[in-house]
Amino acid sequence: MVATFETKTDYKVIGKSPIRHDGLDKVTGRAIYGGDVKAPGLIWGEVLRSPHAHARIKRIDTSAAEAMDGVFAVLTHDDFPTVDEREVSTGEDVVNLKRDQANIMADKKVHYKGHVVAAVAAVDRNTAQQAANAIKVEYDVLTPVSNVDDAMGDGAPVILEGLVGDHLGEEVENTNVAKVFRHEFGDVEDAFANSDIVIERTVSMSMIHQGYIEPHNATAIWAQDGNITVWSSTQGSFGVRAQTAGMIGVPESRVKVNYVEIGGGFGGKTKVYLAPVAALLSRKSGGRPVKLVMDRSSVFEATGPAPGGKIRMKIGATNDGKITAADTDIMLESGGYPGSAVGAAAICVFACYNLPSSKITGYDVLVNKPKSAAYRAPGSPQASFAIETVIDEICDAGGFDKIQFRLDNAAHEGTRRGDGVQFIRVGLEECLQAAKDSDHWNSPLGDAPEGKARGRGVASAYWMNGGGVSTCDIMLQDDGTVMLNEGSADIGGTRTSIAMQAAEVLGIPVEDFHPSIPDTDSIGFTGVTGGSRTTYTTGLAAYNAAHKLVDELKNRLADLWETEVENIDFNEGTFTANRDSIGIQELASKLDPTGGPATATASVNLAEAGNAYGVQICDLEVDLATGKTDVIRYTAIQDVGKAVHPQYAEGQIQGGVVQGLGWALNEEYFITDDGAMANRSFLDYRMPTSLDMPMIDTIMVEIANPLHPYGVRGVGEVPICPPLSAAAQAVKEATGKSYYELPVKPGRILEALNGD
Amino acid sequence: MTTNFPSKVHITTTINGQQHELLVPGYMSLLDTLRELIGLTGTKEGCLDGNCGACTVNVDGRIVDSCLVLGAEVDGKEVKTVEGMATPEGLHPLQQAFLEEAALQCGICTPGFLVAAKGLLDNEPSPSEGRIRHWLAGNLCRCTGYDKIVRAVQKASS
Repeated sequence: MVATFETKTDYKVIGKSPIRHDGLDKVTGRAIYGGDVKAPGLIWGEVLRSPHAHARIKRIDTSAAEAMDGVFAVLTHDDFPTVDEREVSTGEDVVNLKRDQANIMADKKVHYKGHVVAAVAAVDRNTAQQAANAIKVEYDVLTPVSNVDDAMGDGAPVILEGLVGDHLGEEVENTNVAKVFRHEFGDVEDAFANSDIVIERTVSMSMIHQGYIEPHNATAIWAQDGNITVWSSTQGSFGVRAQTAGMIGVPESRVKVNYVEIGGGFGGKTKVYLAPVAALLSRKSGGRPVKLVMDRSSVFEATGPAPGGKIRMKIGATNDGKITAADTDIMLESGGYPGSAVGAAAICVFACYNLPSSKITGYDVLVNKPKSAAYRAPGSPQASFAIETVIDEICDAGGFDKIQFRLDNAAHEGTRRGDGVQFIRVGLEECLQAAKDSDHWNSPLGDAPEGKARGRGVASAYWMNGGGVSTCDIMLQDDGTVMLNEGSADIGGTRTSIAMQAAEVLGIPVEDFHPSIPDTDSIGFTGVTGGSRTTYTTGLAAYNAAHKLVDELKNRLADLWETEVENIDFNEGTFTANRDSIGIQELASKLDPTGGPATATASVNLAEAGNAYGVQICDLEVDLATGKTDVIRYTAIQDVGKAVHPQYAEGQIQGGVVQGLGWALNEEYFITDDGAMANRSFLDYRMPTSLDMPMIDTIMVEIANPLHPYGVRGVGEVPICPPLSAAAQAVKEATGKSYYELPVKPGRILEALNGD
Repeated sequence: MTTNFPSKVHITTTINGQQHELLVPGYMSLLDTLRELIGLTGTKEGCLDGNCGACTVNVDGRIVDSCLVLGAEVDGKEVKTVEGMATPEGLHPLQQAFLEEAALQCGICTPGFLVAAKGLLDNEPSPSEGRIRHWLAGNLCRCTGYDKIVRAVQKASS
């Protein structure tokens, strides 16, 4: 369902849902993903991982592996060049080369269980695994630090030696807290003193994983001429290029990253784990192509999950339902190296509300767990759970309608976000209004069957969405079709949503487009598919390239028609001047005499972001004997700006919701006393299945983003945020108990029910 | 010095209607037999422990996780993979419905879902939503939230 607030409906292509261009390959098994790559003479790599969460490496003995038949190369951190603490951009976030190099191959210390300590290349996968297991490592085992309380406690073992923490501008040594920062305006203490209702809670959550079905993989050839070719499933080929070149100490121009299809990422495939290892193994193996594919337990233990942590949240309000002040401490686990999503959490935490005063303090805390990475609106789900849990209690305490209260305090154009940025036109109020008007909100919960109880929860959330750099090339063919090259990895139909934006400009059916994603040698720099930025930013590059192509074609026509460019009009695919008229696809075959084929390229760098808001309503049923929860109805309302391809925009929302429900109700890393993840398989790390979920209803609100010609905002990330609190509040309503720790799993519900 | 090449097993098997005679290493899964020996990479590796369903294939009419079956076990059996679903006349109705209903995003789980769903529709042409959700519970999708997958199977079944 689409609720359009700004009536611009005369599009020919935008807003339709054509079949995606790469669809046929993906339903027939022909599409080539990273794991499917073959190369002549291919050999396999495998890594050896630390069995300890925190340990010093005393000695690595690789002799037995080196002596095995079929082994071509063995690698340790000593084989990597020394790099300084230079930072490189992956297109969205920034990677510290020295630390990330140590993250993909441990340097003297292991910081989490599963940390790679050595690698081998051998004739086949089985031999490589046997050889890796033949490497002997002696460790000096240290006490693991498993949560933010332990990490910040006095006398905690220091995880990253030499780290100098930045604590509100003060340099602090011997710490696990890499950074403490604050955003503050107004006087929150004074405001709390003048509030009628003040509620303060501390919530906590476990580390969780993106859970993409395709494991990480990389294949690399380090040729004798020094050129390196890489295939790796990634959200951004240019990020792989920058990280790989940086970690192995070669110029980026020496590395070519070929595009392969990617089997899910959700932020977790922005960082590189295997490509530099594959490249160095290839060099040591005489230039043979080397392929590595991670096993599933290693994906859980040693890639980039979303941080767990702890958030203290204090909100004040007046009896007439206005928020007076909000104060929070956000402590997120960065994992074994600095850099959690706490910065983004701080930006998002209060972004749904128009606050007279606020104070946000963020803590980036190292623990002996895998180095965290982005996961769909990184930091915002955790922040949303904290604020929405307390807002719900404020509403209960004040007797406020839960949607009207949010409307009365909603952020809008001109509101300052907690970090000071002033909003452009945003659509939160319209989302809340659509939620209030929805059939779901106005329908009764219905009676629960015997032994069960029902509840309803509502929550809102914000994500800023990314902009950044993207490139698109357009080449008009003789037959009137269009070859379109763009640099964004396609994880969910963006070849098509990008091509549609050029098709709208050119008046050419999108079915006549052939969108491709070339290697990094063959397209201008384009940032990662992340930050909900691809349809928004790469789409704008396609839009601009299409306009350049129209300008070029007008120049050609001016020659053919012997007139001035200014006399030529272009409208819906037809050029006209005086009595002359020609369709763009017909013109395509007449271009040779005018100077050959017409092409255009455009790059954009969008500094500002699309701003996404979502409001969601969750009905669920709790089995009072077992604590099992069943979501029985769910509605996600979201300001999408403009749904370029409504089917796939809706799919993003539905997918995000279900990931959020998994986070809310089931998913967590069980960490043992030894610092190991106990549930490192899809059997024990229980993600939602088709049987667990109902259909997910959506209401797409379209408030045009003033930064984009079609009003696109980006859709992918914000839908994962509201489910955490919406589901928790639904369980609260069903059971009469509050839940401050995620996930709200059956055991926790039973504990609450039986607690008194 | 140990040798790393276990003995191989000679098998004859039919894959997507074509007979293959193979020497399969004793340790090799059906998944790797298809992907590495035959070159049918449409069947995907997701977890290698039978919990994600990305490697679902059909063996003698039964849906299996090919990572949990040895290549040597399909001697004399008939294996069908996603590559065998379309015919020269066109796509299988499930493939067409997945395209029309946008039932795939990244597409890595899609071959497994298609083979699993075909296994259902081959025997039960008009399953209920609940039956579809139950049948497909062995296949994980992390992108779609299942809504559009279930709708696509419903569309192909009607």
